[in-house]
Amino acid sequence: MEKPLSVYFFGTCLIDMVLPQAGLAAMRLLRREGIEVIYPQGQTCCGQPAYNSGYDAEARTVARCQLDAFSRDIPVVVPSASCAGMMKVQYPKLFAGTPDQERAEALARRVVELTDFLARVLDWRPVDRGAPLKVVLHQSCSARREMGVADAAKDLLARLAHLETVEPDHAHECCGFGGTFAVKQPEISAAMAADKADAILATGAQVLVSQDAGCLLNLGGTLERRCPDAAAQPSPRPAVKHIAELLWERTHDS
Amino acid sequence: MIPEFPVRVSQALGNERVRRNIRRTMDGLVLKRHKAFPDEHELAVLRRRGKLIRGHALAHLPDLLEELERNCQRNGIQVHWAETAAEGNALVRDILRRHGADLVIKGKSMVSEEMGLNHYLEAQGIRAVETDLGEFILQLGDERPSHIIAPAIHKDRVEIAQRFAAHFPEYPYTEDIEGLTAIARRIMREHFGRAIAGLSGVNFAVAETGTLCLVENEGNGRLCTTAPQVHIAVCGIEKVIARLDQLPPLLTLLTRSATGQPITTYVNMISGPRREGELDGPREVHLVLLDNGRSRIHGDPQLSSTLRCIRCGACMNHCPVYSRLGGHAYGTVYPGPIGGVLEPQLQGLDRLGELADASSLCGACGEVCPVRIPLPALLRRLRAEGVRGRQGSRVVGQGSRRKPLHRLIWTLWRWVNAYPSLYRGLTGLGTRLRWLMPKHLGPWTRTRSAPALAPRSLHELARSEGFRGE
Repeated sequence: MEKPLSVYFFGTCLIDMVLPQAGLAAMRLLRREGIEVIYPQGQTCCGQPAYNSGYDAEARTVARCQLDAFSRDIPVVVPSASCAGMMKVQYPKLFAGTPDQERAEALARRVVELTDFLARVLDWRPVDRGAPLKVVLHQSCSARREMGVADAAKDLLARLAHLETVEPDHAHECCGFGGTFAVKQPEISAAMAADKADAILATGAQVLVSQDAGCLLNLGGTLERRCPDAAAQPSPRPAVKHIAELLWERTHDS
Repeated sequence: MIPEFPVRVSQALGNERVRRNIRRTMDGLVLKRHKAFPDEHELAVLRRRGKLIRGHALAHLPDLLEELERNCQRNGIQVHWAETAAEGNALVRDILRRHGADLVIKGKSMVSEEMGLNHYLEAQGIRAVETDLGEFILQLGDERPSHIIAPAIHKDRVEIAQRFAAHFPEYPYTEDIEGLTAIARRIMREHFGRAIAGLSGVNFAVAETGTLCLVENEGNGRLCTTAPQVHIAVCGIEKVIARLDQLPPLLTLLTRSATGQPITTYVNMISGPRREGELDGPREVHLVLLDNGRSRIHGDPQLSSTLRCIRCGACMNHCPVYSRLGGHAYGTVYPGPIGGVLEPQLQGLDRLGELADASSLCGACGEVCPVRIPLPALLRRLRAEGVRGRQGSRVVGQGSRRKPLHRLIWTLWRWVNAYPSLYRGLTGLGTRLRWLMPKHLGPWTRTRSAPALAPRSLHELARSEGFRGE
């Protein structure tokens, strides 16, 4: 993929309602690179919650809404590997054998995860204007496995000169979010989140970043409970940010 | 009576000792597998081959099974077919009775666990003695395996020492692993010397040559299959492969994925009973081929990939859910991701559909599976079968997990997300009324603080920053 003139931005429903500053940061980053960013107001949810719960028909109806909203032949940048994976990998399966199959396959080909787009397509080389900072990177399972873009987030952080980036112990392991899994199997999910939160605390990093808002909600919420005092010693609770927020904060003129 | 799944989960998560034992072993096995496949490219090529070989076997299953039967018979192996576990049990009992055996020594076999063979034989007055060290330890406490290749990993050596002391007071107490193994060995030797029948599982059954391949590390498998007069092998019908030259890639995938070993200490190739002039080996070899629901699974184009499984256990070793719960919480013979896929198909979604939910769909299992079973996709498929069922599918208990409340929730969700203006209206309203948002959100906030809705949605922010909305 070459650097496009314009892209669609799919904000994802979670970022839309809970972390809009992350979506905005990502859109500003792209605009600053001279790309026209289109945010279709007709977008809603990718459909993954219903899909992973086995409600395929409901997922399809909602997914079709995104086929309509992102119909032109330009890239769709998604600030979440999980939602990007749903559109890129699962949509062709979800619509296989339906009249929308071709549209779904076409959309799938155009979907790019945000960090992958910045690192690979734009080969973005930012100037780090921030103070030295230790960051712990949590990579979502979708980034690692379904989308295979885990290197991109690492690359981007490495390009910021004043960052020290670490990964938690058992970095490859799921944080326990899993969408509806966290609600359907709350105890297992909590046990996974607790281990991940402890591993994150043990790094002593000041900021936790990830390319997925779901993991951040899960881990941020768990960290707050496990470590109510944000300034606790010896391991203070890290601030929790989407990777787009961190990248924007450290690279724009204030 | 086994308690419900959520209760078992609570019990498992509350047992610090078992959790520690399992986590330690899983971490060790993950590392060993990682070291055993230093070359990513080679691993990718091998996994593709493994998938093709097993897929080919399944695509020709009826023909290969007939070929296996013919060639086994030519080798002098007596072949029996069992449609159900009960039929399989009765077949084994009849063979044992015919020889007047009141004792059978067993090598490790998950299929025999699936059949519930030990308890069945015991009720028929025949004692089955496990000779795999892990299984031996478990049998003393009438426990089930918690892992398919390392059955007693939930136990640490102190617990094993105490169990041995209780059962074998004639031996001095020891927590030394070699000492404990020596005790087990001495006790087993008596059985090996006395038993007239031995029973084993089968890792691969080669149709072309009528050969049964069995891998193991303790030598007990070889003893069970060669020392007694009669050897009975129990084998799921999916274990057949077409040709002998397909065995090496599968063996190396199996042992490296399972324990990180380049090869097991013992690789047994069983090609029939003792022949004239030979000095050892059983006088009779029987092969019991068990269906027990496999044909039904085989009939589904997507779910049949379940049957590619070579039982290495890598999916459970890498599973974040299994490594916290251990195998017993699943309440089934096969735990972990493959258990979550296989068991609901064998026993019905109405009974075990919940196991398909016990996954965050993180994908770790699918990533390591040596025969590339798409485990996350199959778990998802079974969830869909549970709530609705696909046309033409024969999954037992399909639709049984449909709940009116869930349906209502997903119908409402669909309405909100299928009409963008409704979605914008509601999310806009939600962000304005965010102070109404409860601080407690059911299970989520038991261990997490509640997420706060933003003052303005991204839809609004994008508009006000001048991003085109199309």
